[in-house]
Amino acid sequence: MSFPLLTATAALPALGAVATAAVPAARRTAAKWLALAASLATLALAITVLVRFDPDGARYQLTESHPWIADFGVRYELGVDGIAVALIALTALLIPFIVLAGWHDADPLETGSRRWRPTQGFFALILAVEAMVIISFEATDVFVFYIFFEAMLIPMYFLIGGFGDRAHEHGEEAAATQRSYAAVKFLLYNLVGGLLMLAAVIGLYVVAGNFSLQEIAEARANGSLHMATSTERWLFLGFFFAFAVKAPLWPLHTWLPNAMQESTAPVAVLITAVVDKVGTFAMLRFCLQLFPEASKWATPVILVLALISIVYGALLAVGQRDIKRLVAYASISHFGFIVMGIFAMTSQGQSGATLYMVNHGISTAALMLVAGFLISRRGSRLIADYGGVQKVAPVLAGTFLIGGLATLSLPGLAPFVSEFLVLVGTFTRYPAIGIIATFGIVLAALYVLVLYQRTMTGPVKPEVSAMPDLRARELVVVAPLIVLLILLGVYPKPVTDIVNPAVKQTMSDVHQTDPKPEVEAAK
Amino acid sequence: MENLIALLIAAPLLGAAVLLAGGRRLDRVGHWIGTLLSAASFVFGLILFADLLGKNAEHRTLTQHLWTWIPVGGFQADVTFRLDQLSMTFVLLITGVGSLIHLYSVGYMEHDERRRRFFGYLNLFLAAMLLLVLADNYLLLYVGWEGVGLASYLLIGFWQHKPSAATAAKKAFLVNRVGDMGLSIAIMLMFTTFGSFAFGPVLGHTGDTSEGKLTAIGLMLLLAACGKSAQVPLQSWLGDAMEGPTPVSALIHAATMVTAGVYLIVRSGAIFNAAPDAQLAVTVVGAVTLLFGAIVGCAKDDIKKALAGSTMSQIGYMVLAAGLGPIGYVFAIMHLVTHGFFKAGLFLGAGSVMHGMNDEVDMRRYGGLRKYMPVTFITFGLGYLAIIGFPGLSGFFSKDKIIEAAFAKGGTEGWILGGAALLGAAITAFYMTRVMLMTFFGEERWRNQPTRSPEAPSAEPAAETRGEHTEPHPHESPKVMTIPMIVLAVGSVFGGAFFSIGDRFLNWLEPVTGHSEGDSPLSAATVTGATMVCLVIGVAIAWAQYGRKPVPAVAPRGSLLTRAARRDLLQDDFNHVVLVRGGEHLTRSLVYVDHTLVDGVVNGTAAGFGGMSGRLRRLQNGFVRSYAVSMFGGAALLVAATLLMRAV
Amino acid sequence: MNPVNYLYLAALLFTIGATGVLIRRNAIVVFMCIELMLNACNLAFVTFSRMHGNLDGQIIAFFTMVVAAAEVVVGLAIIVSLFRTRHSASVDDASLMKL
Repeated sequence: MSFPLLTATAALPALGAVATAAVPAARRTAAKWLALAASLATLALAITVLVRFDPDGARYQLTESHPWIADFGVRYELGVDGIAVALIALTALLIPFIVLAGWHDADPLETGSRRWRPTQGFFALILAVEAMVIISFEATDVFVFYIFFEAMLIPMYFLIGGFGDRAHEHGEEAAATQRSYAAVKFLLYNLVGGLLMLAAVIGLYVVAGNFSLQEIAEARANGSLHMATSTERWLFLGFFFAFAVKAPLWPLHTWLPNAMQESTAPVAVLITAVVDKVGTFAMLRFCLQLFPEASKWATPVILVLALISIVYGALLAVGQRDIKRLVAYASISHFGFIVMGIFAMTSQGQSGATLYMVNHGISTAALMLVAGFLISRRGSRLIADYGGVQKVAPVLAGTFLIGGLATLSLPGLAPFVSEFLVLVGTFTRYPAIGIIATFGIVLAALYVLVLYQRTMTGPVKPEVSAMPDLRARELVVVAPLIVLLILLGVYPKPVTDIVNPAVKQTMSDVHQTDPKPEVEAAK
Repeated sequence: MENLIALLIAAPLLGAAVLLAGGRRLDRVGHWIGTLLSAASFVFGLILFADLLGKNAEHRTLTQHLWTWIPVGGFQADVTFRLDQLSMTFVLLITGVGSLIHLYSVGYMEHDERRRRFFGYLNLFLAAMLLLVLADNYLLLYVGWEGVGLASYLLIGFWQHKPSAATAAKKAFLVNRVGDMGLSIAIMLMFTTFGSFAFGPVLGHTGDTSEGKLTAIGLMLLLAACGKSAQVPLQSWLGDAMEGPTPVSALIHAATMVTAGVYLIVRSGAIFNAAPDAQLAVTVVGAVTLLFGAIVGCAKDDIKKALAGSTMSQIGYMVLAAGLGPIGYVFAIMHLVTHGFFKAGLFLGAGSVMHGMNDEVDMRRYGGLRKYMPVTFITFGLGYLAIIGFPGLSGFFSKDKIIEAAFAKGGTEGWILGGAALLGAAITAFYMTRVMLMTFFGEERWRNQPTRSPEAPSAEPAAETRGEHTEPHPHESPKVMTIPMIVLAVGSVFGGAFFSIGDRFLNWLEPVTGHSEGDSPLSAATVTGATMVCLVIGVAIAWAQYGRKPVPAVAPRGSLLTRAARRDLLQDDFNHVVLVRGGEHLTRSLVYVDHTLVDGVVNGTAAGFGGMSGRLRRLQNGFVRSYAVSMFGGAALLVAATLLMRAV
Repeated sequence: MNPVNYLYLAALLFTIGATGVLIRRNAIVVFMCIELMLNACNLAFVTFSRMHGNLDGQIIAFFTMVVAAAEVVVGLAIIVSLFRTRHSASVDDASLMKL
């Protein structure tokens, strides 16, 4: 038996979490370095996975399979396809930046406090989330996936509810109330989704007799496992609902703005760039593979919901007064694009959606983390409290602008590639929906530029006149993200090469082929 | 030789990267690095041009494939460049005029502490614009297309501390994005129709699809062109764009970027040729804009905004010509090039005037400047003669050809379009003479100024921030600024003649764009004569109004049309009421809906459960005997149910 | 004698016991009524055993007695401690466990 690389990739951050939590109270800095080291080691393992993965090889690679609960046919089964590899790499890549960006977010208020433990907790929780996200991407057993999909909520709950921005317009007590509201809302939404999924998981077991994704998908493909149309639809809905809450899709989105607004910027990035990706990823892996017919049946409704998410999220982002809420609504708009790409059922749409998950992770991280640095300097999240920052902190403003331009999908930066692929993929099959979604790019320009104009340009407000520019640590966080945005914008081929074969498989799962162009001019 | 194409773009791109990432260390030399790399690009362009000239007309297309950009299924986008006569023309214009304006900016921006960044943005613009004209497929063109939009955004808003500049920049980007939407839809349509969006496969197979599809693609491309080239109805951003430093207005908002729409239409000629409806739309947009811009140009007192109206109008001519099909493509590009010379020269002249006048832009506060700025006066004057189409100068050749081509369109359309073009020529003569007279002739209205009237328009910020209201001391600009002006003036004088004699330009471009002579109802001489008459009328009216009588220092109220034209013919008011206000209301009500309705449903469900459990809690009263009653009741119900089931 | 009559008696005793549980307040009386109900059940079990001719019912009756004995022990202990703390054996006074 070969070295269990996938298990190791997930176990390493878990061990890191335990070790970080065990660091004595007074040695906070050691805990931070330990967490950073663990996340970097995980990144190294993830890169190994990336290298070992052969895009043209078998569908699932680096597989591991051990019996777990034999009586219920539960097996500990892991395996990655191109889509999962890309997302694992994204997760492992972002966590070190999140740790670095949150370096001081959980420091004690008064220095010299020897019994302050939350610092350790903060970093341990981040690593715990990473471990669970990675294993969710790896699991090919529905039961194993479900467990970690749900377990992720626990550390996330504490991260949202326990750590927030230091400054709040209505004082610390109001901040705590708001935070716990956001955390409970996050938990309840996701629990309800998870509950429906649990029912569907049990239902799937009753119908199929085991939990193995590969076995069920195979049996469905060769016809040995027949599912009644209505059964398939109900099971599909159970799964989809959970993923749509996580994604989040309109109208199940309202937890996201609250959660992102109240948590610290690194945690907000963790939510939207990492954890939410599990939802859209699971749509591709579980909904489409297990229930191809039901997926096609639900496509029109889902596309319309995705379209509403795109336009609605963007319009609401325009109307926000709070920087973080604005980014949250922008993310809702972007998740609309991802879901639209997945359910357009074209290879451009699905490759684009996968690429979008990666690119959105990077671009949101860049924008949100810089916004976090900005907020930590002024102690306010309100857009109106800023103005003229560009004059006093040009590097901060410049990086903020690049993050914003990535968010509005400027060609040359990575998100453009994925957004255009999604649009084209949708347009080839559903022209009207594709055209309406294109309005999203105008609205995106509107909310990004309005945000930039109000915060960064104009006369310098007295409150920001002494604002320091980006520090070395902050620059280390932002610069690599920007480099990646540019690299993946001009040369996305490495990622598409990994993703394309997996998408091809998924397309054949749902028995779909790309619409043929009217004139075969390219041939 | 093909490998040189990438260097054309790489040089300014490198400049942008170095200047923007280099930090303060480069403040001292940054402007020279930028200018040098821009000039290097021009030199590469010249080498390639020489190479093309050495080849047969049929072999003058070079392509360079760099790498595969986005490969997904049938969707194949490559980073491939294509250099043919059309893009070569643009490359020389962009890098040539661009380098001159870099040089000019060295002097113009001398006192700006952020000069290094200004040059970084200028280089970024050059790289994006070159990418736009060199791309071999529409998606890569789109990258350049938005890239120039970004550069334009950064440069319009260069003086960010001024809210008006920041707003203008945002507006330009947004309006352009509406146009970009058209381009992206056009690309998607191309992909579904042709399975490709590279120039070769798309333009070579227009015969294999229906006219309806091509019309749709054509209209979407027109939308894109309207956005970038400031054509009606997406023209509103160009006037505000004058908030940027003057060299920017000269390079981006006169000579190069705004002509990208014309390039797009000419490049996609094969599509438009096969879609007459789309072509008609193009000509209508062109004709409307050329009048619209001219009318706006007549009413503005801000010298840059008057010139901006003129730009809009001249691009209207080009779009009109491009819409005429093979009769007009070559002349559209020819006018584009000559316009590049004289309009850049005019803007640089305006910048020079402002430079010497404490950044004053109101022409009512100029007057009699010809004595103080002789070089500026002569170069500006030559540009003026070129733009109104004075016989022998470059505008004469290119504009005259467009008017001829418009008549040659034939039928009623031809008469209407030709008439509009003639009328436009008259108005052009009027407003340009007005600018000339108000600036360089008449009494010196800048002497003994009372304090500034608060509503006086002002674009450049320096005067405001310095708070100087003292009397200006007009002086000639330094050499580094006048040399580019002189070079451009030479181009404006001889360019047209050089291109037209022996049909040099026509022969050069014909292999790419195609050309056909229309059968005009009027002879060429008649059209030229009519144009001359219009010119004289325009100049005469302007002389009567602004040359003979003194110009009042405060603008008179004017007629209804004048007042409307001062406000850009109410386009901005329309936008403000319908789009801005409407949008604000929409977003505000959506925020409300999201909070009360979408979130309300969820919170309501939660509250409902809470209330229900509150009710249920009351059953738990702690009295053992009431629990016992419910137990007995339950048991009795069970028994009854069992019995009932038996009985049934 | 017809064994059904024993069932009638058991039903009667059960009803008396149930009524007592519901309407009496004194904990001791309630307790005795519960015993009455248990014994009514025992009687029914034994009768059924006799009617069906097997021993299952009688065995269950023994179980019931054992459970009843255990219940008496716990129940009386509770009642005694209740009486000690509140000097009353009324079940309605002991309603503190409600929310």
